[in-house]
Amino acid sequence: MKELMLGNKALARGLYEAGVCFVSSYPGTPSTEITEEIVKYDEIYCEWAPNEKVAMESAFGASLAGRRAFCGQKHVGLNVAADPLFTMSYTGVNAGLVVVVADDAGMHSSQNEQDSRYYARAAKVPMLEPSDSAEAYEFAKLAYEISEQFDTPVIIKMCTRVAHSQSVVETGERTEHKKDYEKNIAKYVMMPGNAKKRHPVVEERTKNLKKYSEETPINKIEFTTDEIGIITASTCCQYVKEVFGDSASVLKLGMTYPLPEQMIKNFAAKVKKLYVVEELDDVIESYVKSLGIAVEGKNILPVIDEFSQNLIAKAFGKPVPSGISLEDEIPARPPVMCAGCPHRGLFYSLKKNKCIVLGDIGCYTLGAVPPLSTIEMTLCMGASIGATHGFNKMLGAESEGKTVAVIGDSTFMHSGMTGLANVAYNQSNSTVIILDNSITGMTGHQQNPTTGYNIKGDPAGKINLEALCKAMGINRVRTVDPYNLKECDAAIKEELSAPEPSVIISRRPCALLKHVKHKPPLKVDTEKCIGCKSCMKIGCPAISMDGKKARVDSTQCVGCEVCSQLCPKKAFVSTGGEQA
Amino acid sequence: METKNIIIVGVGGQGSLLASKILGHIFLSEGYDVKVSEVHGMSQRGGSVITYVKYGDKVYSPIVDKGEADFLVSFEILETARWLEYLKPDGQIVSNTQQIDPMPVITGAAKYPENLVEKIRAKGFKIDAPDCLELARKAGSPKAVNIVLLGRLSHYFDIKEEVWQDALKKNVPPKFLELNQKAFELGKNAGAE
Repeated sequence: MKELMLGNKALARGLYEAGVCFVSSYPGTPSTEITEEIVKYDEIYCEWAPNEKVAMESAFGASLAGRRAFCGQKHVGLNVAADPLFTMSYTGVNAGLVVVVADDAGMHSSQNEQDSRYYARAAKVPMLEPSDSAEAYEFAKLAYEISEQFDTPVIIKMCTRVAHSQSVVETGERTEHKKDYEKNIAKYVMMPGNAKKRHPVVEERTKNLKKYSEETPINKIEFTTDEIGIITASTCCQYVKEVFGDSASVLKLGMTYPLPEQMIKNFAAKVKKLYVVEELDDVIESYVKSLGIAVEGKNILPVIDEFSQNLIAKAFGKPVPSGISLEDEIPARPPVMCAGCPHRGLFYSLKKNKCIVLGDIGCYTLGAVPPLSTIEMTLCMGASIGATHGFNKMLGAESEGKTVAVIGDSTFMHSGMTGLANVAYNQSNSTVIILDNSITGMTGHQQNPTTGYNIKGDPAGKINLEALCKAMGINRVRTVDPYNLKECDAAIKEELSAPEPSVIISRRPCALLKHVKHKPPLKVDTEKCIGCKSCMKIGCPAISMDGKKARVDSTQCVGCEVCSQLCPKKAFVSTGGEQA
Repeated sequence: METKNIIIVGVGGQGSLLASKILGHIFLSEGYDVKVSEVHGMSQRGGSVITYVKYGDKVYSPIVDKGEADFLVSFEILETARWLEYLKPDGQIVSNTQQIDPMPVITGAAKYPENLVEKIRAKGFKIDAPDCLELARKAGSPKAVNIVLLGRLSHYFDIKEEVWQDALKKNVPPKFLELNQKAFELGKNAGAE
């Protein structure tokens, strides 16, 4: 059946048809929907793991057991899972094992735009790169054949524009591929004596994969002219076709590690001028140059940001359409914490107490933008706690009384626990605030080990954050409601002045969760409002100034009443109408 | 047929993903090759968002670049102005007149420009700008703005009414179907200027 499918959904369909039995992932834009689509297939066991490393190891275990397995993550997630990946390259697999890494050139929703193609070469694992949904579907199935034929994990590299674009896919039927588990210490126990014997196997495999790369139909030459030849892969294939049509010959690479040396040489020999068009780093271009072939690429194309058809056309000196805009200055519209976001009240209290806030990855990173402008550092998942520990160890009393780590519930489960273990073990006088909104928010509401529900929404194991922190050796653990500013203020003051490590759990579910009941929206009593703008300090998108008076947007307000607590004239009143 | 480009712009969370999904299904059922490109993650938290819908005999790039769009469909008038340069000079705008203050306006760091519809028209663009929020409320929910817009947009396409209705049925939950059908109807009949 022909269907319009998101790249991630098409990939999930390919996994299903390939007979995958086990999926374990951690959410991360732009990879999340692969796993969210997989959960709809009853034949597949599917879970959210606490982090990518655990997900990768679990998928490895499932492969070892003889069942085709999958693990998906965003680019920075693969950094977390890199440890098992590199040695899985040595052990190889039992049943097929495929890993997706989704890059985010342009950083639509990421903290860096690293190029994950280096991982394939570094771990000596083959990599496939689809350029649209149909290929995502097709490559997912092919990846399992390669994995089992060559006894290796296979990486499929997605990017935002392939993962989050819909195009037409024709689907087929599921086939089953189960193997038996066999004890094999020499293959699966990677201690030095065994690993030394496995490394040559890896090198031999790479040689064989190079041959495969020369022959596979997913690396193909579309020869139309000898004037210009372009080597390209992933979403760039689409831009190149759009710009050049048949006016350039194209070597389209579906397999980008290992690269097909002979095919590249043959293609280069046939064209007068050779280019590589690739997003981010010069991975393919460097390889072509290493073969002694004259080629252009990053001398005319950027290593920064994602590409588009106009960007490529311009780089090749072709005319591009230009649009017309207004003379008016158009104010920026940066993302903001939603109206009723439980993080807002807590951040206001931190700002009021002039805290140094070291942050983490999640919606609450928005605590760094005006008017809250409170977070002073965000690095990677879990870094808030480690960084606060180091910061306090060096500055001592100077910082201990005002520095806090803020981290979400899911991020704490992902890699905050080990940071807290260090605080408890090496006793830094640090205060950690866990923003428990009972969900993984930024990636679109995924369950995690603290929510009590699994990926299907069924009841599951639930980790008690208070008990966990206490068990780790933190004596001072308290819980506050972030809608209550007085309570937040008192907790922050007391825990920062306490002479020992402490944890504050700021608990209130995400305002966007469907099961959360809201109060009716507020409105401003314009008789009482004196236009002092106290309520504007919290940066709520539902409050604006209408002349000299505050105004509440009733379509956004969820009646959280954080603004009411700041109003000196009690000008915010409930509309008492139907629920927003 | 040469590829036609539609951009759908708005404020993260306004429902542009559903609108692009419905359009994608309609063009596919009309026998075209289709690509739709979306934005997920951080910018969906109240930021400026853009979704691309492209259809034709063969579509390559999933994105629409500056000066390439045949239609600009907008949930909010400031966003219409922001993405204006993506439209072809003879392109058609279908825009909600609703204003949602972005944070720099809320904090007083910037001013919301005035008379945007008039200014856009003065640039020679064709703009059809009904108050979709009001029409959505009339249909029963302010959240139906996306379907009001689709109803308005349907006016510019030579596609049978049943195709739109069928796409609605397939893409909205049954309990909201009637509401959305009403929203579509109100949008469709909002007088074009």
